[in-house]
Amino acid sequence: MRVDIRGFIKPLIESLIAIVIGILLGAIILAFSGYNPIKAYIALFDGALGSKYGWAMTLSATTPMILTALTFGLGARTGLFNIGAEGTVYFGAIAALILTNIWGNILMGLLGGIIAGIAWMGIPAFLKVFRGVNEVVSTIMLNWMAYFLALYIVLQKIPNPDDPNKTIAVPLSARFPIIIRGTELSWAFAISVIAAVLAYYVLWHTTLGYELRVSGYNERAARYAGINPKKAIIWSFLIGGITSGLAGAVEVMGRPPSYAISQGMANIYGYGFDGIGVSLVGRNHPLGIIFSGIFFGMLKAGATAMQIEAGVPLEMVRMVQGIIVVTVAIPGILDLLKRVVRK
Amino acid sequence: MMDTALSILIGALTAMVPLVLTSVGATVSERAGVVNIGYEGILLMSAFFGAMFAEISGSPWIGLIGGAFIGMLLGMLHGFITVYLKGDHVIPGIGVNLLALGVVAFGIPAYWGTAGQHQVPSNFRIAPIIKTAYGSLSPMVLITIVIVVLTHWVLFRTPLGLRIRSVGENPEAADALGINVERYRFLATVYGATLAGLGGAFMSVDWLGTVTKQLSAGRGFIALANMVFSGWNPLRALLGGFIFGFFDNLSVWVRTNPTVQEIIPWQFVATLPYLVTLIIVAGIIGRVRAPKADGKPYKRE
Repeated sequence: MRVDIRGFIKPLIESLIAIVIGILLGAIILAFSGYNPIKAYIALFDGALGSKYGWAMTLSATTPMILTALTFGLGARTGLFNIGAEGTVYFGAIAALILTNIWGNILMGLLGGIIAGIAWMGIPAFLKVFRGVNEVVSTIMLNWMAYFLALYIVLQKIPNPDDPNKTIAVPLSARFPIIIRGTELSWAFAISVIAAVLAYYVLWHTTLGYELRVSGYNERAARYAGINPKKAIIWSFLIGGITSGLAGAVEVMGRPPSYAISQGMANIYGYGFDGIGVSLVGRNHPLGIIFSGIFFGMLKAGATAMQIEAGVPLEMVRMVQGIIVVTVAIPGILDLLKRVVRK
Repeated sequence: MMDTALSILIGALTAMVPLVLTSVGATVSERAGVVNIGYEGILLMSAFFGAMFAEISGSPWIGLIGGAFIGMLLGMLHGFITVYLKGDHVIPGIGVNLLALGVVAFGIPAYWGTAGQHQVPSNFRIAPIIKTAYGSLSPMVLITIVIVVLTHWVLFRTPLGLRIRSVGENPEAADALGINVERYRFLATVYGATLAGLGGAFMSVDWLGTVTKQLSAGRGFIALANMVFSGWNPLRALLGGFIFGFFDNLSVWVRTNPTVQEIIPWQFVATLPYLVTLIIVAGIIGRVRAPKADGKPYKRE
């Protein structure tokens, strides 16, 4: 496989600059809010990377985020802003819970996530292709509808009879085996990495991927080349639906201790939004997404340690993520910085 | 029955305020050619800082102005990236939305020390101008209507409005006529974000009287849908805002009404504003036309 190294270096440096700016601005805000930023960051990085346990927690937090990032990334490569991963995750998790409780094996759970993802993401695909509805508006509306509908199912249809704060759990036979004992890291992580590698293969080594990228790059050129952009859009949504549906499925099948959806859907909420940031920092490239996913996973895993040891609310990392994404949106930040430095 | 209808109608007038302000702001911004999908985040952050300013100063009006100020700063950030640096119009908005989730979720426990939610004390909230048995009307409803009418007049009846529309319709021609495309685009973006900021602060210091990380609840995007629905026309956005506000308020009302909840689960009703938005948007596309250079960075040849 021939890889264009030089093409990778500039975006890599730009993403790293964004990360550094995010961390620095985060430190300034922490200081202004009356916290000790150095203590906070030491707790964060030590919690996430300082031990085998920390690394395992980082990678397990990474698992669903790579999958939701692929949804956004595939969309972006097709010229779409698909924000719909968030809602799709809920239904993926619910479908996996229900199917594993009927058949009790991992494959059926994954299948549930895939089917739910295709079904829910089919809606914005349909609206885009046949009604011309902007996908940003439709997927955001669908996220909110998904939130309330999923909440209804979780509370009314599949509650745990022994513990009203949770749903029924995935049976033992359908849980992903744990890689490192005593941690939350399961083989579900492998599913994410495989999905990212497959997405890379499809995008750059198949005709379908070529069609997706050409439609994303220039719709008119695609039509001249005999490519149907509508077909590309539908595929982009459906594959994206599969990955974020899987994100929900692996979260309930591969995350100890509950293997269920917890109160207020807290353990499956927010992965869709995280995925957008992961994808943008990974430059919407499936392989870049693996690495930026691990970085975001580190923030997430370290946030708990930071809250306990430095008393900083763990939502602080979401703020850093936001700053990073805004910074990534600044075009040519590298050249901009060079100019500033030269002055 | 009549009482209920009246109170829902009055509630719709209140719920319409943040939607209409944001829609009209977005209309001006897009008429000048700048797309911004960060209004959701602007509403949320302005609600947070608006409540903070109101409590510090002791005046809800300072809270509203403070919220508008936060909106203005975020608009300047967006304008700087899109207009001057010629960046993508959508990604900074996504960034602002993600940033808002973090700032507010972090800010509530960091500033107020409460988990997840802060109740704004009633003495920091705006006193209604009209009180009826069916609910009260905030002065902000009237202010919103005045802003809409003024904006509409400026946009369609003055040379300034003509210039704003020309840089969004045909920036090359505008440039050839000596109009500073970048300056008009930047100012229109800032104006749009400032109005959204005002609407966001209204949610926390007046209407809902609370700050949560889900406070904006998709309203930034419903407002964009309303902008499309209105055909980028402020007066029609006022009407559309009332319709969207009606469903918004209806779902809030049902959630607090036990008799209705026995018939239909509240979660179903809660999806109504979003479902209605989807249906309306899917129904009207193709019959409205966006400004020609909307969302396209303008680079001089």
